[in-house]
Amino acid sequence: MKAILTVIGKDNVGIIAGVSSKLAELDVNILDVSQTIMDGYFTMMMVLDLEKASNSFAEIKESLSEKGSALGVQIKIQREEIFTSMHSL
Amino acid sequence: METKQILETIRMIEEEKLDIRTITMGISLLDCIDSDGAKARAKIYDKMTRRAENLVKTGAAIEDEFGIPIIHKRISVTPISLIAGASQDENYTAFAQTLDEVAKTTGVNFVGGFSALVQKGYTLGDRKLIQSIPEAMATTEFVCSSVNVGSTRSGINMDAVKQMGGIVKETAARTADQQGLGCAKLVIFANAVEDNPFMAGAFHGVGEEDCILNVGVSGPGVVKRALEKVKGQPFDVVSETVKKIAFKITRMGQLVGREASERLGVPFGIVDLSLAPTPAVGDSVAHILEEMGLESVGTHGTTAALALLNDAVKKGGVMACSHVGGLSGAFIPVSEDAGMIDAVNRGALNLEKLEAMTAVCSVGLDMIAVPGDTPAETIAAMIADEAAIGVINNKTTAVRVIPAPGKAVGETVEFGGLLGHAPVMAVNRHKSADFINRGGRIPAPIHSFKN
Repeated sequence: MKAILTVIGKDNVGIIAGVSSKLAELDVNILDVSQTIMDGYFTMMMVLDLEKASNSFAEIKESLSEKGSALGVQIKIQREEIFTSMHSL
Repeated sequence: METKQILETIRMIEEEKLDIRTITMGISLLDCIDSDGAKARAKIYDKMTRRAENLVKTGAAIEDEFGIPIIHKRISVTPISLIAGASQDENYTAFAQTLDEVAKTTGVNFVGGFSALVQKGYTLGDRKLIQSIPEAMATTEFVCSSVNVGSTRSGINMDAVKQMGGIVKETAARTADQQGLGCAKLVIFANAVEDNPFMAGAFHGVGEEDCILNVGVSGPGVVKRALEKVKGQPFDVVSETVKKIAFKITRMGQLVGREASERLGVPFGIVDLSLAPTPAVGDSVAHILEEMGLESVGTHGTTAALALLNDAVKKGGVMACSHVGGLSGAFIPVSEDAGMIDAVNRGALNLEKLEAMTAVCSVGLDMIAVPGDTPAETIAAMIADEAAIGVINNKTTAVRVIPAPGKAVGETVEFGGLLGHAPVMAVNRHKSADFINRGGRIPAPIHSFKN
């Protein structure tokens, strides 16, 4: 299963490191990353592969959300299909 | 996948309140018929709780994984008049109470199908069901009722129209302590559809399979935001913009419906292409019409704006999903739409204009509070007018009015939640009683010489 991770928040030191180490801990593979600063906000998107993940989707979502609070950013994870179905035929 | 597209989807959901309004499981109860009412109810309870056991849980899991809210999970069933008709019961309220129990057990938000189809005439079961409606609505919390009184093929059953005027009044009186809330769960149709996922009018038609899933999407806020970007441009652009957005919204419905149907092992029925407002800010159909250039919804031009919107939503949505059904179009309930409520309060929107709007939108006079002393015959006459619009124009129309007990024009009725609040609207004070008391049937219309 593929998922899209979005991280939005105030720019700070260690956001990428924090998020990717958490993902490694959860056995989630990062397939693609794009990161930019939009209107002063740190905006990062990752395409993730959850095939080998050791936890359920709900657990991964929960622990990423906790990580987000610790880093002062909002982390969302959604199944990829919601984006592909809306934007491609 | 482009960053811009990902952010667009997230913004639609978070800021513009894009949601799946409902996944509705349609369950046939034809195999629950029994000459003993109690046995029939036991079969109904068993079948429904078995079929819908995981509906709410599955809906919540999909919400979580895809990050799109699914506001309601609902069940629709075969019209109860057909099921209870074989029993010896004189009053069908107990059937409604069984449906209410199912709602509590399964955790769904509504159960629809306490219904009768009497467009041409009554069976004994239809008669008993309709007489049970006021008590059923007063003693249940989650059950919705509907009665179909007319169709393009069979005309309008004016005996039923007359009776329903009285039933609406009685239902309001029985739920007077809740400002007539019972009437918010009762809808009178012409040309009712068999696969509608929306309440209060959902029922599971006899032409449907044993168990299906239908999905109703929503997203007036998304359409409004898209139109903000094409201010002042010609209607060709407006129509194209609405079509594109409707396509995207409907794709969500298709995705969620397919996913839910796979997980529940139930065939996927249809997506209802709808713009269903809620009382929340930014979730209004009225504001879309105003965005097209009307100072207030209800002024001259409103019907044309709504016609364009309704048609463009369908055109955009049709290609986005495998099967379209239900009511499919823009809903214009007054109490559930902040923009409609404002328009009534500023005197820009009246019942007559709403009636005209129903000729081009997806349903009818919906969630409208009228004075508590409105005569039953006047309500019946409103039903007759709406049925005539539906029957002649080959479309679904409906009436869901609340004669709010003890309330007069200028006062407000509070229902709370998705049902919102409604300003009491003025009705024409001239009598329609002699017209309604004639009874009989208005014949089916001719389908030639269209003018």
